[in-house]
Amino acid sequence: MNTRHQSKHIYSWYGKPMSSDRKLRTLQYKGILIKSERSQTETCIQLGEFVLVEGENADQPFVAQLLDLYEDGAQQKHAVVQWFSHITEVPQNKRKLLKREVSPQEVFFDQVPGYDTDIAVETIIKSVMVIPLRLGEALPIILNKEQTFYVKQSWDGKCFKPLSPDTFSKLKEANKKSGGSPNSLTKSPLHPLDIICSPKNETERVVRSVTKKKNVEMEIESKHSASKSSLSKERHSRRVANGMKTPTARKKLQLNSPTKSPRGKLSGSDVLELLGDDCDAMSEPSATKRKVKFTGILGSPPKMSCSNDEPKSTFDSAEHEQRLSDTIRLSPYSKVRDSSEEENLHTKEDTICLTGHQKLGGQSPLVTPRSHRRCAQKTSARIAEQISLLNTLESDKEEDFLSSSGSSYSSSEEEENEVLRTPKRNSKSSRIFSTPKSSRKSSVHTPAKTPKKTPLPATPKTPRNATPEIPKRSHAARKPASILEEARLRLHVSAIPESLPCREEEFQDIYNFVESKLIDGTGGCMYISGVPGTGKTATVHEVIRCLQQAAENDELPSFQFIEINGMKLTDPHQAYVQILELLTGQKVTATHAAALLAKLFSTPGPKRKTTVLIVDELDLLWTRKQNVMYNLFDWPTQKHSKLIILAIANTMDLPERIMMNRVASRLGLTRMSFQPYTYKQLQQIISSRLSNMKAFEEDAIQLVSRKVAALSGDARRCLDICRRATEICEFASQKNTSGIVRMAHITEAIDEMFSSPYINAIRSASLHEQIFLKAILAEFRRAGVEEATVQQVYHQHVALCRIEGMQSPTVSEIMAVCSRLGACRLLLVESSNKYLHMRVRLNISQDDVTYALKD
Amino acid sequence: MLSFLFKVKISAMSKRKSKESSSANGECISQVQRILRERFCHHHATGKPFGIEHQYRHLLELLKRTTVHGESNSALIIGPRGSGKTMLLNHVLKELMEIKQIRENLLEVHLNGLLQTNDKVALKEITRQLHLENVVGDKVFGSFAENLAFLLEALRKGDRTSSCPVLFILDEFDLFVHHKNQTLLYNLFDISQSAQTPVTVIGLTCRQDILELLEKRVKSRFSHRQIYLMNSFDFKQYIKIFKEQLSLPAEFLDESFAQKWNNNVQHLSEDKTVQDMLQNLFHYSKDLRSLHLLLMLALSNVTVHHPLITASDLHEASKQYRMDSKANIVHGLSVLEICLIIAMKHLNDVYEGEPFNFQMVYNEFQKFMQRKAHCMYNFEKPVVMKAFEHLLQLELVKPIERPSVRAQREYLLMKLLLDNNQIMDALQAYPNCPTDVKQWATSSLSWL
Repeated sequence: MNTRHQSKHIYSWYGKPMSSDRKLRTLQYKGILIKSERSQTETCIQLGEFVLVEGENADQPFVAQLLDLYEDGAQQKHAVVQWFSHITEVPQNKRKLLKREVSPQEVFFDQVPGYDTDIAVETIIKSVMVIPLRLGEALPIILNKEQTFYVKQSWDGKCFKPLSPDTFSKLKEANKKSGGSPNSLTKSPLHPLDIICSPKNETERVVRSVTKKKNVEMEIESKHSASKSSLSKERHSRRVANGMKTPTARKKLQLNSPTKSPRGKLSGSDVLELLGDDCDAMSEPSATKRKVKFTGILGSPPKMSCSNDEPKSTFDSAEHEQRLSDTIRLSPYSKVRDSSEEENLHTKEDTICLTGHQKLGGQSPLVTPRSHRRCAQKTSARIAEQISLLNTLESDKEEDFLSSSGSSYSSSEEEENEVLRTPKRNSKSSRIFSTPKSSRKSSVHTPAKTPKKTPLPATPKTPRNATPEIPKRSHAARKPASILEEARLRLHVSAIPESLPCREEEFQDIYNFVESKLIDGTGGCMYISGVPGTGKTATVHEVIRCLQQAAENDELPSFQFIEINGMKLTDPHQAYVQILELLTGQKVTATHAAALLAKLFSTPGPKRKTTVLIVDELDLLWTRKQNVMYNLFDWPTQKHSKLIILAIANTMDLPERIMMNRVASRLGLTRMSFQPYTYKQLQQIISSRLSNMKAFEEDAIQLVSRKVAALSGDARRCLDICRRATEICEFASQKNTSGIVRMAHITEAIDEMFSSPYINAIRSASLHEQIFLKAILAEFRRAGVEEATVQQVYHQHVALCRIEGMQSPTVSEIMAVCSRLGACRLLLVESSNKYLHMRVRLNISQDDVTYALKD
Repeated sequence: MLSFLFKVKISAMSKRKSKESSSANGECISQVQRILRERFCHHHATGKPFGIEHQYRHLLELLKRTTVHGESNSALIIGPRGSGKTMLLNHVLKELMEIKQIRENLLEVHLNGLLQTNDKVALKEITRQLHLENVVGDKVFGSFAENLAFLLEALRKGDRTSSCPVLFILDEFDLFVHHKNQTLLYNLFDISQSAQTPVTVIGLTCRQDILELLEKRVKSRFSHRQIYLMNSFDFKQYIKIFKEQLSLPAEFLDESFAQKWNNNVQHLSEDKTVQDMLQNLFHYSKDLRSLHLLLMLALSNVTVHHPLITASDLHEASKQYRMDSKANIVHGLSVLEICLIIAMKHLNDVYEGEPFNFQMVYNEFQKFMQRKAHCMYNFEKPVVMKAFEHLLQLELVKPIERPSVRAQREYLLMKLLLDNNQIMDALQAYPNCPTDVKQWATSSLSWL
């Protein structure tokens, strides 16, 4: 997005340098000209004006006031700015300090010390207005939402303060200087629209009823012209996909292309003229109906003209359509009357009439040939524009209108359907309709009502705004009643202890590393390794928690923390998508995300905070070209990235083993390895979790820690054994009520978890299965090879049966026995289509088999 | 003689009797068939499960803690096929569902490794069964990555005390192990070990080496609870199970018939031949499904005229059950095909199981035809070839390499998929087998 934007513009100084600084070799200017290559327009922005500055998120450009413009020795154009912060830039936990709702148009006078106020001129997008307001004042109604912001309070990183009178007046001053509107040389397409034609109450109503179907068109229109957000693009493309299916939507889509003429100049009479042409060109009912509609908008004409006008064209062309329109006209009649009692009959009828036409108009493209529709489209596009203007005015006037639209306007698709289906909702939806921009925003915030309401089986898209959630439980979870239950709760791996014992050193090292990078404002990588269950992830999270605490107390610069896990990705390239989504909230494809991230980290961002990224299970991000790993470790080395990466994996020598030299080199040498816990540490971990609760005997804890330390040093195992031991204890103590875990319980738990199941499995196998195993042993001994075919084993089996004096089995039975043993993996067998020639091997040692079969 | 007369009399009596009550009896019989078939075919066993009380308690407590306390857990139920893993779980769930508080508080997700063959399908199925908000109707929208992110987000948002616990049941657990990176298992176990929505993951598998298949990170996150089902009952219990499975419930509609039937079952269980037969079956497999199959075969003999299962029914069923499948096929072969098989048998004996080709078999057959056969018509080579190909189709003979275009059919190397014992047994039972063929089968012509 931004790249395209930049390529179109040429930045040059306005006027002569005002002053120059010899020592610093800088030249200062009073304004800058931004020339757009494509549209050949030139905009001048002078000192003191307010501008939009490109940020990392294309959705949200920053707002700033130009304080200084200069060119340095290297001919780089610079600007010094005073920042304004959006509410989204304020940390989540501080937003509640504000204690009020903040409109998206409100910004805060930024006094955060850390931000770089020196920016490159090329990042300036355009000029906007920032109007200072008193704290209690409501936002005035403005015409151009895109370009006007309000400032009421200042924000210094800790708290919000009302604007000091000094700043207030300065801002006011700056506003006046810029003349209330951007000082552009020519009118750009983005120029605010100043048409005010205060429609009467009746006409408003008419307008609304007419425009309700048009909202989609307008939305698209406005997005094309104004919004730069990728979100809107997505939505737009979605609509494109949808449009392929329904003819009405397609018609609306094609509306985007025509009419590049400035909207402001398109007066009503022009449109009428155009409409007249269209009327002549085609004898198609839909067009005339549009005209009728339009006359309604312009000056609310008497009803007679409307009804007279209509049959004239419809009668001769298609009688059945007339009938259709009649029937449709009937249905909304009563409903509209219900909803608008206060209006006089005259307007009411007008409205009704229009709704009826509207209905038909929406349907008619289904039956009309394409060439005719073209003209109709052109006209309707213009109408749409006009209506959107009117509507903008209208909705700006009504504040509550906006808020109501937020809740009920969910998606244009849905709206469309409603329009086509029920006239009743039709009239309703006209009420909730509002400006394209605000409706877009609100649709993003609306909770997941859309997927339920739009059961369109033909649109296989994820409902964008479905909230991931597991239902709540209907009964509260029971509190632990006994000591053992309490102990079990604390011993669960998921229980978060107050501190992480036995990892103090590692904690300190990681903390120091991140802290130093944070203070320096640089980036870096750290590689952390260790076998599973040694507290790597827990320690890192603890570090982040502490750092966040420190940042909140203003001991450290604030930072952004994000985390990805290789195991939770379906594909290594999804890492980009997740990182971008966590950083900016955008949802894009992997390749696009990679490009955006590369740009984000390689260019200097004016207000960038340090980002701490945890990459868990790093080895899963391995690809053949290793480009994911390469990029991850390359970004921190970029000058402006301010990215700190903590990579976690199991193997100590992962960089040497699987990474190419260029990747390993970028990872650097800051490494840390977590050793498996020793028994003393495990003991300490359990004791600290139990924290003077008398649930375990001291010896029992020692036993379990020694066992686990000898086995793997995995703290999870240790906790799981303890948990199981409490269960066994509880089970046993129901008889003799002594609720403390002893050695015996621990031993039982360990046996349960770690004893080999094979011996038991063989012992409880059926007789012929056991004989079969014996036969295998015999065959192995005979042949001297640890592999045999079923046929050979079968002969041994029959011989053994004869010795035992048993009936010898058939081959089918032997095959069944063999496959049963194979399914348990006591044997390893080939695929069974080889029948007798299938080869068999033991999956356990021969000694185990003989031991198990001894008696 | 006397006993014969007695038997005739009894049968006459029973015939008369059966005519009287045939209509009532018919109803009873169909009822019996229905009840018992349901019991044998569906796997919700009647009554309490036996011999697994300990495991039952363990699992019940585990799931109770999940639902009542919101404790996350994971466990594997391991046991050979037919040992009652699913039955155990179903019993536990049934008991849990009787408690209202639990019924309203538990979400169940059932997955099967045979159906959800990769994580993508499994995720969609989980999302569908949880009725998350990206489900529309029966369809789950979004890509694999989106679905995973969505599901993880949903589970992450919950916490121990307020979210509804989710029970994941993974049937054929060992098949999930082969999914790429074991992503699904990692995530499920990871959730069960972190402070998110309480989940309990129960895996059912018959593989004893299942823990070795888990990736080290996945293994570390698994709680190592294993519930083993081993079929560790002895023959006495087996007889008891036999009785239990065959007897009619007390609430049967015709009490006298039920009484009679149950008495008969009691007698059967004490019968020596029946016990021998059951012992035999028990020796082959402790799997209760084989018992069910046997009883099913016996049950299908029960009619209005033959209202009770007899020992001979069971015997017949067991004979049918133990039938050797390949030997069965041999019974239906023509004499020429039998001759070819005998020729192959001799080749196997001579060359100690080395593969042979058609030409070798044909030569052997020719030898027999020239020297020994007196009552056999000498078939031409193409006819013999045809017979040989029929054997190939029946998979009594199997080529050891794929037939290529260039190799001639006569010289393709083959192996015989029959054992000598099977051939001899089959010949014994073969109807109207020429004597010289029989003779040839027992004595090879290699001395000639």
